[in-house]
Amino acid sequence: MEAIALPDRQNHIHRKGEAPFAIRCNSDSLAGAVSQRACVFCGSRVVLYPIADALHLVHGPIGCAVYTWDIRGALSSGPELHRLSFSTDLQELDVIFGGEKKLYRALMELIERHAPKAAFVYSTCIVGIIGDDLDAVCRQVEEETGIPVIPVRSEGFKGNKRAGYQAACDAMARLIGTGDTAGISRFSVNILGDFNLAGEIWMIRDYYRQMGVEVVANITGDGRVEHLRRAHGAALNVVQCSGSTMQLADMMEKKYGTPSLRVSYFGIEDMSEALYDIARFFMKKYPDDPEAAAIMERTRELVRREVAALLPQLEEYRRALSGRKAAIYVGGSFKAFSLVKAFRLVEMDVVLVGSQTGTPEDYAELAAITDPGTIIVDDANPLELTSFLKEKGVDVFVGGVKERPIAYKLGIGFCDHNHERKEALAGFTGMLNFAREVYSSVMSPVWRFVPGRADSGHSVTT
Amino acid sequence: MGKKTPDFISTTNACKLCRPLGACLAFKGMEGTVPYLHGSQGCATYMRRYIISHYNEPIDIASSSLSEKHAVYGGGPNLKLGLTNVAKKYRPQMIGIATTCLTETIGDDVAMYLEEYRRDTEGSVGLPDLVHVATPSYAGTHMEGFHGAVRQVLARKAEGGPGNRTINLLPGFVSSADYRYLKEIMADFGLDCTMLPDLSETMDGPARLEYEKIPAGGTPLAAIGAMGRARATIEFGRTLGEQEGGGSLLTERFGIINHRLGLPMGIRETDRFFSLLAELSGRPMPAKYRDERGRLVDAYVDGHKYVFGRRAIIYGEEDLVVGLCALLAEMGIRPVLCASGGTSGRLAEGVAAVSGDILAEQPQVHEGMDFFEISDMAEELAPDLIVGHSKGYPLARRLDIPLIRVGFPIHDRVGGQRILHLGYRGAQQLFDTVTNALIARKQDESPVGYSYM
Repeated sequence: MEAIALPDRQNHIHRKGEAPFAIRCNSDSLAGAVSQRACVFCGSRVVLYPIADALHLVHGPIGCAVYTWDIRGALSSGPELHRLSFSTDLQELDVIFGGEKKLYRALMELIERHAPKAAFVYSTCIVGIIGDDLDAVCRQVEEETGIPVIPVRSEGFKGNKRAGYQAACDAMARLIGTGDTAGISRFSVNILGDFNLAGEIWMIRDYYRQMGVEVVANITGDGRVEHLRRAHGAALNVVQCSGSTMQLADMMEKKYGTPSLRVSYFGIEDMSEALYDIARFFMKKYPDDPEAAAIMERTRELVRREVAALLPQLEEYRRALSGRKAAIYVGGSFKAFSLVKAFRLVEMDVVLVGSQTGTPEDYAELAAITDPGTIIVDDANPLELTSFLKEKGVDVFVGGVKERPIAYKLGIGFCDHNHERKEALAGFTGMLNFAREVYSSVMSPVWRFVPGRADSGHSVTT
Repeated sequence: MGKKTPDFISTTNACKLCRPLGACLAFKGMEGTVPYLHGSQGCATYMRRYIISHYNEPIDIASSSLSEKHAVYGGGPNLKLGLTNVAKKYRPQMIGIATTCLTETIGDDVAMYLEEYRRDTEGSVGLPDLVHVATPSYAGTHMEGFHGAVRQVLARKAEGGPGNRTINLLPGFVSSADYRYLKEIMADFGLDCTMLPDLSETMDGPARLEYEKIPAGGTPLAAIGAMGRARATIEFGRTLGEQEGGGSLLTERFGIINHRLGLPMGIRETDRFFSLLAELSGRPMPAKYRDERGRLVDAYVDGHKYVFGRRAIIYGEEDLVVGLCALLAEMGIRPVLCASGGTSGRLAEGVAAVSGDILAEQPQVHEGMDFFEISDMAEELAPDLIVGHSKGYPLARRLDIPLIRVGFPIHDRVGGQRILHLGYRGAQQLFDTVTNALIARKQDESPVGYSYM
């Protein structure tokens, strides 16, 4: 039988229990393997995208800008400049003679038109090749307009998506520390790595409000330039989706001494733990402060109330889904940890879990929390995923838009957990939405017509 | 007549896509073919995501996944490795290679790499054919990429020899439903036809028992080879440059006559197509289509009062804009702006050709437009509806007028690939959609709540 994966891909795949844990990851994608990954630019773009009052100008030919136009479900409570797609739309002559002049004029034109609080200028593949001096143009425009104009080093070929996260963090680091921190509570946090998909950060902020914890900056969901500038005034960085913003937290720890906590807002277990971790942090930091104890008390009350409301509602879904099989393939593996736990809560078995950008530590953790026989895969592609899904007899596949048609062609249910989704899946309410999403796909009557499904009662020969 | 569009430097919300995307779509309409982008990994993934959101079908686009050292030393080795890996896993009949801005700018000589690769692998069994099209994304749009891929595959595969009875049909980029309908029409005229490309099955496939690595369907490669011996070519595209499509290449190389028509949209453009088919087949229009045409005229009459004089903004690919203008104008709608991100230089001419004899006043026609400029002009033009793909939705929402979804991409509805645009049947569907949208608007705006309209 033909091997599922190309020889050069085989050490990116681990079957738990069949061999000691080892996996190759965080490397360049193999040519011709049809990776589900994007590029450096994508990494930067998704992280900075939700900063809603900044201008996001893509310096390059039209593709990079047009494929990322309004791509995320990242909501804003105010300005919506982030939802527009700005490009210098470089043409042949610009490539030959350089794009600096066009970039300068485009920036001046757009800043005058939209009066943004800052501008991010994304470098794309060919800008790195033709050697436009982005720094010089940005510096000049910054001087002339008085707003921060920040180059983002996101040439597509200079690594993978993770390098793009780094470039985005470097860009944000230039804003942090430039604002006034007066009046910030000592019980305060920054939210890192939540992108306010379907309004999720508003739910999280509301939890913090109920606890008595002030949020200084959303990084980056419903983000604002002014808030980023004073983010160094927060007592703690609470980091979700650690792949994308951990570098920023590390930088802030080094420069401003801001400690950080890694959390996840997905699933009851992780959501509760996130809130308790923050309360514990303040208890430890201010052991004799009654307000710290009060925060802990309010946190307990909040979790108790939310969980008590949620569990009975989950029951119906758990009964229906119990024993079904799930597969997970997501961008960052940190989200996968939570999903494994969330599926466990409704008694579903995770049989396949993978990510585009996991690190060795991430995969080791996945190997530790999954059941024997689970396939763990790094930087997979459609053919590998198809084989694994078939082999494991999966009922529902969690992924993004690119994974959806794979599931559907195989006659498998699907739940979108990527950045285009319009359903809030974080927080306590999010767990219920997640269960409902999975339930509404798994329980649909349409599968009985799908030829490949064993339970299809179709009588027409196809 | 109207103000000239301002000459902005920046582009906001582009009304075009990049060139390699069009090439990938064209390759998807060729049997057993895997599209391949010679560039960095992101391009392939972004385009896949964009295309999937329209078709809801898998589209595997391979990539050379170039990194920094390849950008410095050249992408040749990765190209060859990538081709080998695709050949191994997909067992394709052909790999359609399109370049990207990165590889065009670093000056990779893809033609030479492919020659080397062919030489290195000579004698190996089961290797795919390789076709290559240059698609620098800093020149032209996805439509140049699409037509370029068609032209290049013909340049590589079409062969001369004893003539056959086949008609070549080069429809350009239309919906899967359109490709299906065109095949039906050709068959009903009794014409043996090779349509290139054919996305009717590959991008709108049925649920099947087994997952297909490469979806069935697409123009058979042997048939593409035989296109050099065909009786005639029919090529759609009033704005297509003389040297751009595949039709002129077949004329130059094999002396095959090329009938250039507009997209058959609306009665008059479709009549031209059907007249040609009658002439080529020596048969009158089949009764089925006579009836379709008759019903369409009947519907036009039934609905004409609801639509007359309504003002429309049309945007999208240039040939589609021309076709839509032909259709809307003959319904009695008044196109006030025809806009495209393309820059063929022939859009105004195309619009005038299909609407000059019907419209009292010609619409404003602008190439190289983005949605910022379209929106900017829209205020003054006071349209009643806009007609184009999903990306006009913010404009329709702001103006609070209906958006009639046509073309590509349809990202906010299901079934974009099944929208029928062409022929009498397509005109019928679009007429009903447009008219009902206007009726619904009138009904919703009325305080009375009529259930008769």
